[in-house]
Amino acid sequence: MISIEELKRILNHNDKHFIEDMAQRAREITIKYFGRAISIYAPLYLSNFCDNQCIYCGFNRKSGIKRKKLTLEEMHMEMEKVSASGIQNILLLTGGSRKMTPVDYIKTAVNAAKKYFPSISLEVYPLEVDEYRELFLAGVDGVTIYQETYNKKRYRTLHTAGKKTDYTYRFETPHRIAKSGIRMINMGVLLGLSEAAEDVYQLFLHLEKMEKNDPGVEYTLSFPRLIPLKESKVDYFDISDTTLIKLICTARILFPRVGINLSTRESALIRDHAIMLGVTKISAASKTNVGGYRSDDHNDPQFEVRDHRSVDEIVAMLKQKGFDPVFTDWRRIPN
Amino acid sequence: MKGETPLVIGGKEIKNRFFLGTGKFKSKSDMKQSIIESGVQVVTVAMRRIDTKRHPENILEYIPEDTILMVNTSGARNAKEAVRIAKLAKEASGINWIKIEVINDSKYLLPDNYETIKATETLVSEGFTVLPYMYPDLYVAKELQKIGAAAVMPLGSLIGSGQGLKARKFIEILIWEIDAPIIVDAGIGKPSQAAEAMEMGAAAVLANTAVASAGNPAAMARAFSLAVKAGRMAYLAQLNENKDVASASSPLTGFLYDEKK
Repeated sequence: MISIEELKRILNHNDKHFIEDMAQRAREITIKYFGRAISIYAPLYLSNFCDNQCIYCGFNRKSGIKRKKLTLEEMHMEMEKVSASGIQNILLLTGGSRKMTPVDYIKTAVNAAKKYFPSISLEVYPLEVDEYRELFLAGVDGVTIYQETYNKKRYRTLHTAGKKTDYTYRFETPHRIAKSGIRMINMGVLLGLSEAAEDVYQLFLHLEKMEKNDPGVEYTLSFPRLIPLKESKVDYFDISDTTLIKLICTARILFPRVGINLSTRESALIRDHAIMLGVTKISAASKTNVGGYRSDDHNDPQFEVRDHRSVDEIVAMLKQKGFDPVFTDWRRIPN
Repeated sequence: MKGETPLVIGGKEIKNRFFLGTGKFKSKSDMKQSIIESGVQVVTVAMRRIDTKRHPENILEYIPEDTILMVNTSGARNAKEAVRIAKLAKEASGINWIKIEVINDSKYLLPDNYETIKATETLVSEGFTVLPYMYPDLYVAKELQKIGAAAVMPLGSLIGSGQGLKARKFIEILIWEIDAPIIVDAGIGKPSQAAEAMEMGAAAVLANTAVASAGNPAAMARAFSLAVKAGRMAYLAQLNENKDVASASSPLTGFLYDEKK
């Protein structure tokens, strides 16, 4: 058994045998609690308008990208396209602009998505409990919220304007989500913004606190690695493949029943190996720009996708590696 | 030797007392093969995994037609949600057998007995065949029986843990005191543990992880099926085990009554 306190030691320990032993243990635990099933989802960007200024993000309000938000008709077109590929679990995303994408707009998108997807999750700016409640009643099952970094000093430097400057409000978001009745919360840090050992240590403590205070929620963790913007002048922390793999293994050993997501911001090589170690949920055929599923629109993506495989190719890979691709893992009940 | 009494649940006679869960398999064809080779009659499927559309990845396409399908309410955090999931199952597939699973704790996945009773009561009154999964508590089991549960399903140990009959003593009490069939569910990691539950007098055993994560799931399902059968035979043949009640022989104090004294 390892403890959260040992994270720093684990990340500094690069003995091959030690890492392999950890991977074996992580794999064993994953099979025990999740079997050989891997859930599949896809993100759908509704809007890239943003009031915040996160200096590492392509959507930040000062970046010169072409701004766009989907109309209801465009939402349907995008959703139909994603649904036709077999995806049944959708993650709806907006930038951090309450003004351009208010709760009513998000709710409209959720109501549209219900026609196509049995499970709907959100990744939007932090909301109040009653707003989450409203969206839960409209059919939202899960919410993704990353603290980005738990290093408060660094957080202040990286988030220089907008509501997102409020560290505490963001930190308390998972608890507000839980209070609203929403059943799944995905937590994480953006790896590379700060020193990984400390950030992930704080993330684990946060999750531990959530599990204790809000036990009725299904938690998942994500370990997104920052992909620096092309002309970025910010100093980032390099997160090696080995570090990422060790973080996934450690998370699995410390939180045996917590799901772990890995998006297409990672390469096929990393993803195909990570599913052997603890990852239980992956995205497929993702487009990270607004309206990206229809080829006629090419605005700037939030991040560059590294794994471009189609849903069918992901399914074939999973089967070949001895996994069962799971598309339906939740059926909406009237909340 | 006790005589065998048929296991009848919801008006159906169950000959194979090994029940199989359908999650966690590496492929749906492995799952199908496990059902066929072990001769399992009752399988559980999570409603959250059931797709109403017909397509090659739909789990229902892989369950042989003559199998009794019991839908579980996995994902329900309270009685209300369990009832909604059960009704959705009936609407979507006509399935009437419900394994109630109410879990409001994502860390240990322990069932909430209080909410389980409430959901059982509602669903029984609406004509469902209800098999509640529960933490082995005598009072709760009595209540579940009173309100019409078709069987009571106590956990052997934590879900997926493979730790076997950690709750043995309490399950034993349920077997002694409850007339409804006691089906041991959760934590059964190997066939010998399933046999142990059956030797105690459990009516049936349900397993999932142990089969799904085995190197050869179909062979493991068959091993479980045989172990459950053997355990049942041993129970009927009346094991000579340590009893919790008084024993007729007194090896330590018998001399007091020896006439030759």
